[in-house]
Amino acid sequence: MEPALDFPKVKAIVESYPEKVDSLIDSYGDKKEQLISLLQDIQAEFNYLPRDVLVRVSQKLDIPLGQVFSVATFFRAFSLKPRGRHLVTVCLGTACHVRGGQRLVDKMERDYGIKPGETTEDMRFTLETVNCLGCCALGPVAVVDGKYESRMNHDKLDRVLRGYK
Amino acid sequence: MTEQVRKLVEKRLGSAAELKNLRHSILSKRDPNRTCISVCAGTGCRASGAEAVVDAFLDEIEKQELQISVELKETGCHGFCERGPVVVIRPKRIFYQQVKPEDIPEIISETVLKGKIIDRLLYVDPATGEKITYEPDVPFYKRQTRTIFGANGEIDPTNIEDYIAVGGYSALSKALFQMSPEEIIEEVKKSGLRGRGGGGFPTGRKWQSCRDAEGDVKYVICNADEGDPGAYQDRSLLEGNPHSVVEGMIIGAYVIGSNKGYIYVRNEYPLAVSHARIAIEQAMDYGLLGENILGSGLDFTVTINKGGGAFVCGESSALMASLEGKIGEPRAKYIHMSEKGLWDSPSLLNNVKTWANVPVIINKGAEWYSKIGTAGSKGTMIFSLVGKINNTGLVEVPMGITLREMIYDIGGGIPDGKKFKAVQTGGPSGGCIPEQHLDTPVDFDELTKLGSMMGSGGMIVMDEDTCMVDVARYFIEFLKGESCGKCTPCREGLNRMSEILNRITQGKGKKEDLDTLEDLAGVLSGGALCALGQTAANPVLSTLKYFRDEYIAHIDKKKCPAGVCRELVQYSIDPEKCEGCLRCLRACPTSAISGEKREPHTINQSLCIKCGACYDVCKFKAVIRQ
Repeated sequence: MEPALDFPKVKAIVESYPEKVDSLIDSYGDKKEQLISLLQDIQAEFNYLPRDVLVRVSQKLDIPLGQVFSVATFFRAFSLKPRGRHLVTVCLGTACHVRGGQRLVDKMERDYGIKPGETTEDMRFTLETVNCLGCCALGPVAVVDGKYESRMNHDKLDRVLRGYK
Repeated sequence: MTEQVRKLVEKRLGSAAELKNLRHSILSKRDPNRTCISVCAGTGCRASGAEAVVDAFLDEIEKQELQISVELKETGCHGFCERGPVVVIRPKRIFYQQVKPEDIPEIISETVLKGKIIDRLLYVDPATGEKITYEPDVPFYKRQTRTIFGANGEIDPTNIEDYIAVGGYSALSKALFQMSPEEIIEEVKKSGLRGRGGGGFPTGRKWQSCRDAEGDVKYVICNADEGDPGAYQDRSLLEGNPHSVVEGMIIGAYVIGSNKGYIYVRNEYPLAVSHARIAIEQAMDYGLLGENILGSGLDFTVTINKGGGAFVCGESSALMASLEGKIGEPRAKYIHMSEKGLWDSPSLLNNVKTWANVPVIINKGAEWYSKIGTAGSKGTMIFSLVGKINNTGLVEVPMGITLREMIYDIGGGIPDGKKFKAVQTGGPSGGCIPEQHLDTPVDFDELTKLGSMMGSGGMIVMDEDTCMVDVARYFIEFLKGESCGKCTPCREGLNRMSEILNRITQGKGKKEDLDTLEDLAGVLSGGALCALGQTAANPVLSTLKYFRDEYIAHIDKKKCPAGVCRELVQYSIDPEKCEGCLRCLRACPTSAISGEKREPHTINQSLCIKCGACYDVCKFKAVIRQ
């Protein structure tokens, strides 16, 4: 999980992408099979997969853009849209589900107007769901910017999110 | 030679004898009576604050200048996640639970220095009310047989010497120098080991067919794409004892003649990725990976690939497609992956737990191993016991233990005096097993007979507050989202099932829906391309079989007996119990609750959105959900 990103800074990196992207691509050599790992690194760097960057990857690795795009959309770890300053991940694994994980997602929609995969207009939060984080003893679990929050309920979610501006 | 290179050359073990000598020298430097504080630093305990506990110990040890007499160890998961952060003080194995940073100075000055037990940190057995001092006496651990998972609490997973000290890599050494590949296959076959990832395919047979397959290049793959929600034992093994997995893989490489291995691990498991990476680097430094391993002539390296968060990639052919940099779509397996897998080369893929079993079998022998378990399922299995259960955590038990023993003796039963309803095993491909089958021995074949399966070892306990129609809907929604979309039965079948189940949970179900669900289930199991689709209907079929009355209640009476399905429940406040504290009133997002202080509150049903906020905050159990 990535640390909180300074959003203007991220934008600046995207604008200066050719060198950064090229160096990431070069770090894998000319290996087409490393596409998924490469996209993971790019997302870690830019916080999402910018279109221009995908075009660059396609050209440099000589993989059709359609194929790059199919991989980028197949795996749920990838986002084609910029994500907010803080990433809120709600676990919807079975153990969290039977303990009310869905109600945290409902609350995010009610309070911030975002569904899973969406970002608030002010770029404060992006909401994502995950199938299981393996902290089933502590469910329902939510992760905010990499920090695990256990035994969540409406009250605690409010308290936790207040700390992320 | 630079200093760094010289050090590396010094570390490299060139023969079995050098490994043995290293073990002796590590052990001779260690005093078994020295106080060792092991803090569980697995993901679960970390989420409960284990890192702060470790820091507090470090501070206190420094403050009291105890660096020489006291050792602090950050270990992997001990399994008892419910009680985290967990601290065990060796050699006596004093067991402290739910430890907080502020407890540390007292632990050091009282327990470590004076040998006094701190009462309030002890575990209380809920059944007897008795306080338990030592780890082996805790009922949760007492009934377990920890052959694979046992070292987790003893070793620092980021220190290869810890693993070597407990006998690590001795199985590799035995395999390389005292056994031929054929003998190893024979041993694995005789042990009765079956694949721990879910299918339960006999491991020895898989190894044999991969060894016999033609090809100059062969691959060894560890499947750590643990996608079953509610199962996390693979993560804990890879986090807590990564070398045991790597050792198994090297033995596999020797058997089939492979030089290249992959660990395909979920991106959601950052700590497991990091520990596996460290383990591989250290094994390279010590000459246990790389060229000419232990001087045997075997060359083998392992690379870690992080998954992209697709459940279907736990399926072998989809996993290999993903390793090739493609989207994770499965293919029909008329030809096994052991013959034509990764880049069309023979590929030996096993689950994390299966690999970790291999060194145990080689060291202790097939005869010893096959004494554990049932006729058709040998050895132990690690289950994650989660959901509505008192002692949530990971348990390793011999195959054949009954569900009742697991849930009541080890798991400590259902919390808050609620009634057991079902246990769900096998992840989204599995089913829900009701009370009348609790005395079934748990093994591959018995669970399949009940319409469920072993799967990766997830065991989710459900109580009277769980709606079984909602559970079926949950799994179908899950699988609908994870279906890769390649074959029509799975893609369309799951969509139709999801529509029907959503309709039923909204109170719009029709009588004939249940027949349609059963029809669709038949199409899926008969027509889908891979195991994801073929088994996708199990959660529906098993709940229809054992909990049909709940479906009928949703359809006929428009009621959800468990009070889960939002459209079918109503919240109200019991005026007898309500103390008028205003908590629910403040929590209600739609201002549907009214009332004065110290007067019973009421809910305006036309404004209520049934979010359950009032139910969560009420301290007097006055909010009724029905």
